[in-house]
Amino acid sequence: MTDPIVRIEGVAKRYGAVTAVDGVDLEIARGELFALLGGSGCGKTTLLRAIAGLETPDSGRILIDGQDMTGVPAHKRPVNMMFQSYALFPHMDVAANVGYGLRREGRPKPEVARRVAEALALVKLEALGDRKPSQLSGGQRQRVALARALVKQPKLLLLDEPLAALDRKLREGTRFELVRLQEQLGLTFVVVTHDQEEAMSMATRLAVMNAGRIVQTGTPHELYEHPATRFVADFIGVANIFETAPGRWLALRPEKIALSAERPHTAHTATGKVADVAYEGDRSLYRVATHSHGTMLVSTANVHRTRDGAFRRGDTVWLGWSDTSGQVLDA
Amino acid sequence: MKAVIAAPYTWLVVFFLLPFALVLTIALGTNDPDSAPPVALGFGFENFARLFTDKLYLTAWLSSIRIAAVSTLGCLLLGYPMAYAIARAAPARRPTLLMLVMLPFWTSFLIRVYAWMGLLAENGILNQFLRWSGLSAHPGTILGTEWAVHLGIVYAYLPFMVLPLYVLLEKLDTSLLEAAADLGARPVAAFLTVTLPLSLPGIIAGCLMVFIPAVGEFVIPDLLGGTRTLMIGKVLWDEFFTNADWPLASAVAICLLVLLVGPIALFQRQQAKGLERTR
Repeated sequence: MTDPIVRIEGVAKRYGAVTAVDGVDLEIARGELFALLGGSGCGKTTLLRAIAGLETPDSGRILIDGQDMTGVPAHKRPVNMMFQSYALFPHMDVAANVGYGLRREGRPKPEVARRVAEALALVKLEALGDRKPSQLSGGQRQRVALARALVKQPKLLLLDEPLAALDRKLREGTRFELVRLQEQLGLTFVVVTHDQEEAMSMATRLAVMNAGRIVQTGTPHELYEHPATRFVADFIGVANIFETAPGRWLALRPEKIALSAERPHTAHTATGKVADVAYEGDRSLYRVATHSHGTMLVSTANVHRTRDGAFRRGDTVWLGWSDTSGQVLDA
Repeated sequence: MKAVIAAPYTWLVVFFLLPFALVLTIALGTNDPDSAPPVALGFGFENFARLFTDKLYLTAWLSSIRIAAVSTLGCLLLGYPMAYAIARAAPARRPTLLMLVMLPFWTSFLIRVYAWMGLLAENGILNQFLRWSGLSAHPGTILGTEWAVHLGIVYAYLPFMVLPLYVLLEKLDTSLLEAAADLGARPVAAFLTVTLPLSLPGIIAGCLMVFIPAVGEFVIPDLLGGTRTLMIGKVLWDEFFTNADWPLASAVAICLLVLLVGPIALFQRQQAKGLERTR
């Protein structure tokens, strides 16, 4: 990658006997919305905090915009972070919270007022400048935290689980809002999330982390269709994973499998009884107990409004897929 | 249930309101050395008038407030870093550190003040050390000065400053300081703009818990301050026991109470506000 905004070289961080981050190398390009995805305790937040300067790596180094950040304290780094808890100052009103970073830079009052107003307009909170954080809803607090992190127009904005504290409905709207802001401002966002759906739908690229290491980096499409390991195949979306030869596995997505009553003319087939049907409106999920491959998950898109052709529990069905339907894995 | 509610009120009536009424009655009477008790009941405000006209009392009031205020400031300057350090210590070590703050309470207050006399006297341990070490051949004596009173009050009341501050600082969300640093605040700026304002309720509570009892303090100025230190608690004692002027002593007591009602009310309001915030 030429001229990345962030370059992470062999960063490791241990807490006593626990290794939180175990030798991570990563490059993040300018203007991307990059997601660090992983379960709890995988080291993604530690890595984000290390970029912000809130954690000191035991080894390795982090370069931001080509500059080595080793030994540079958090308050001197050209990055801003949106905290998972939002960390709004409870004794300051919204405008004072948002203007905090500008005041620390010693900007003149009129400039602070103007830029705070701009930032609040960006997150559509113009009218709430004189409210205290305790007088805001969860969604409003989230946007104040975002405005506060954006107001200094950092080269890099770090977002720690930005949507985790919101309820589901709000989360989806805010997700698109974040993408819109990122594109509009042309900034680089690094988002930490445990929610693979969130990461997939927002990110231009993402890294899947497990046990302190990055398992795979790529675009959402690459990770979904070409997972490198069984962990990634299983973590991102749903996959049927079965051993095809000793040390070789096939990851097969449920929607890549054709379901029929008759034996299909595909390269690979399996047959079994429908053990369970989950009707989800737009699609149906079938759990099929096969003799050859164990229980397989198959999904069908419900493109017709009639129930014709739908299978019921206990029906005998055929599953079919081609050589290219799945991803061959050797790890 | 009613009995439970009635108990504290009964307590207050019997042990506060009744004695207070008694003291007020005495304060309104006149001194009569020939009767026992030495009071002639009446209804006059001469005793109160004397408190505001005689320069001695005014001086004692002002010097009490000054000494209490300076000592409170001393407690704050010493207690804040202590409370901060305990709150930032490893969680496993905090109970031990708090215990060390509380430890002096396990010994009698009076004995501890006497111990200070032993330390600060002309031939006390401090001066012996200064002479022995050659730091000062003719050290002055702290005992009997206002310095000794300040030292005694700061020493005796420090835990009352540390505890409310600790409670607040321990609750302080450290992610707020991280956010401040992330937004470009140096550690000093983060302290001044985040930690300090958020610990203000603890500062007020601690200061009042030191200031209120320190104003009326008698033992410390009497034992450590000598004759030169004038504090209202000592004046009260002198009027009562040395001059046997019960009405005047009672008037002093009532004025002391009235003077402290202000800070006490402030303290109560602060506590109530603190409760609201945690809710």
